[in-house]
Amino acid sequence: MADKDVLGRAGEERAALYLESRGYAVLDRNWRCKEGELDLVVADERTLVVVEVKTRRSDGFGDPLEAVDARKRRRLWRLAFAWVAAHPDEVQRRRLRLDAIGLTGPDAATARLDHLEDIR
Amino acid sequence: MTVARTMAVALVGADGAVVEVEADLSKQTPEFRIIGLPDKALGEAVQRVHNACENSGLPLPRRRLTVNLSPAALPKQGSGFDVAIAVASLATEVPMDAASVAATAHVGELGLDGRLRPVPGVLPAVLAASRAGITRVVVPHANADEARLVDGLEVLGAVNLAQVARWHGADVEVPDQEPVPGRAEDAPEADPLDLCDIVGQREAVEALVVAAAGGHHMLMSGPPGAGKTMLARRLPGILPPLDDRAALTVASMRSLSGEPVARLSRVAPLEAPHHSASVASLVGGGSRGIRPGAIARASEGVLFLDEAGEFPASVLDALRQPLESGSIVIHRAGVTATFPARFQLVLATNPCPCGNYGVRGASCSCPPMAIRRYLGRLSGPLLDRIDIELSLTRVSVAPSAAAPTGMTTEAARARVAEARERAAHRLRGTGWRLNSHVPGAWLRQGPHAPTPQARRPLDAALHRGSLTLRGYDRVLRVASTVADLDGAPRIELDHVGRALYLKKGLTV
Repeated sequence: MADKDVLGRAGEERAALYLESRGYAVLDRNWRCKEGELDLVVADERTLVVVEVKTRRSDGFGDPLEAVDARKRRRLWRLAFAWVAAHPDEVQRRRLRLDAIGLTGPDAATARLDHLEDIR
Repeated sequence: MTVARTMAVALVGADGAVVEVEADLSKQTPEFRIIGLPDKALGEAVQRVHNACENSGLPLPRRRLTVNLSPAALPKQGSGFDVAIAVASLATEVPMDAASVAATAHVGELGLDGRLRPVPGVLPAVLAASRAGITRVVVPHANADEARLVDGLEVLGAVNLAQVARWHGADVEVPDQEPVPGRAEDAPEADPLDLCDIVGQREAVEALVVAAAGGHHMLMSGPPGAGKTMLARRLPGILPPLDDRAALTVASMRSLSGEPVARLSRVAPLEAPHHSASVASLVGGGSRGIRPGAIARASEGVLFLDEAGEFPASVLDALRQPLESGSIVIHRAGVTATFPARFQLVLATNPCPCGNYGVRGASCSCPPMAIRRYLGRLSGPLLDRIDIELSLTRVSVAPSAAAPTGMTTEAARARVAEARERAAHRLRGTGWRLNSHVPGAWLRQGPHAPTPQARRPLDAALHRGSLTLRGYDRVLRVASTVADLDGAPRIELDHVGRALYLKKGLTV
C-alpha cells in the first residue's frame, strides 16, 4: 500500500472512533459497488449517516473538505441510495444524512478533525 | 456571526446605485459563490478575493460562502466590488466591528497580492454613496484624492486589504506594501491658447465672444487655413470658470472614462472627436458597462466637430435630441443610463469637399452636386438649433509689427462674464440663465421685447420671406447677447444688424 493509502486508512479509523465516541454505531466500512466506494456508514437511533472521510497531510494543497465538491456530493448521494437498496434491513425508518469529515495532519491520531453534518 | 453586510456602489451611466453586499457562511463543504447578476469580471472576483485574502493573512472561512449583491436584479459589472465582497466574506468569521463594516461603502479592485487597485468611476460612485447618506468610504489609495473631492465623507485610501480589515477592528498585521499607482495625470496643460494669437479675423473673434456670452451653438464655414480650428480651440478659455456642480459633473465624466482625476478643473472641457466617430462613441454606449461618449465628456463645455461635413449624417442627427434636452438617455438590455449633455456645439466645415468654393482667387473643382451633398449632411433640424452661422475668409494681409494685436483671452473672458451676468440679471426668476435658452415668444412679447423700430429690419426680412419665423427668433436671441455685451439695457437697431450679420451664414 502506498503511503497516502495508509494515511487514508488511518484517517478512516480515527473517524470511526470519533463517531463511536459520539454515540454512533458503525454499520459498514469501505463498502464497494460498481459505482464506487463508501468510506463509512454509521447510524444512531433515528439517522443513517453516510460519511466521506478525507485525510490530508497538510493544507498546502487546500483544505481536505474542499475536495468534496458538488460532483462528489452527487456521487455520494447515489452511492448512499445504492447502499440503502442493498441493506433494506438496516434502514428501519431512519433518516438518511450525508456527512463529511476532514482530517489535516501527518499523523491521523493527532490530526485536526473537522466534521460537517448534513452536507448538500 | 454567519451573515455579514457591507456596501458597494454599482454604476449605471453617470448615476450610482448603492448595493448591499451580504455574505452568508453556511456549514457546508467549502465553496465560494457570488449571486446577484454579476458579469464576467465580477464573477471572477471569486478568484481574486480568495487569493487576496489568503495573501493578506486573512484566509477565508473554510465553509460555504454565499455572497449576494442586492438589489439582485440590477445588473452589475466590473471589478470594483472586490473589496466589498472580501470584507463582507471575512466579517462572517474574523472578529470585526459589524456596525463599522455595515456602514461603510467599499470601492476597489483587489490584486492577488491583497493590494487595492484603482478603478474607473470612483467619483460618481462616491457621489452616489454620499447621496444615499453613507458617511464613510474605502477606496484604493490611487483614487483617494478623487474620492476626497466629495465633501462630507470620511475617505480611507487603502493600500491593501489587511489595512481595511484593521480599520474595521480586525486583529491583523498590515504588511508594508507599496501602493498600486494610478495612471499618472496628464501633464498640466501647456500654455493655454490665447485669443490674441489669431491674426485678423476680427469679426470671427467677435462672433466667438458672442457665442461664449450667450451659450449659442455655432457653425463656422470657410476655406482651409481660415482659422476655424484655431478659433474653436480658444472657446473654452473665454468661457467663465465652472461652478462646483459643473466641475463635479466634468470630473465624473472623466473618471467614468478612466482618466485620472485628482483635482477639480474649473476650465470648461473641449471634446473634438474625429469625423470617423460612430454614433456610440459620440453619445455613449457599450454592451455591458455603458460608457459616456464625447457629448457627455463635453458636458458643461464645448463639443467641437471639425470637418462637420465629413461626419456621417446619422452621427450628426444623433446630436439633435441631446441638444434639446441637455441629457442623453441610453437604452440597453435591462438597463437605462442617463448622462448629462449640456454642451455648446461648435461645427466647422469647409464650403465644399475641395475647400475652395466661393474663395476669391481660388477655383473650386467640385461638381455642383458634390457641394450640395457636402453641406446637405448638416440637416435642417440640426441647423435649426444653431444660432450663429459664420462665414470665414482667409486672411489676406500678413501681420505686421505695427498692426494692433487682437483681443486677449483674458479681456474676452471678462466681457463674457459681464454679459452673462447681465443676462442672468435680466432673466432672473424665469429659470433660464443664458440667452440661448430663452424661447422666441418671450423674446418677442416678453418684458424685454425690442421696440418696433429696432425690429424693422427683421420684420422686413420676414415679410420678404428671406427669414423664417424660427430664424427671426434666433436673430433676436443673438441680438440680446450682443446687447448684453454692449451693456445696453434693451435691444437696439444696431444690435439687430450685427446679429443679422452673424446669422448670414451659409448661402445654400
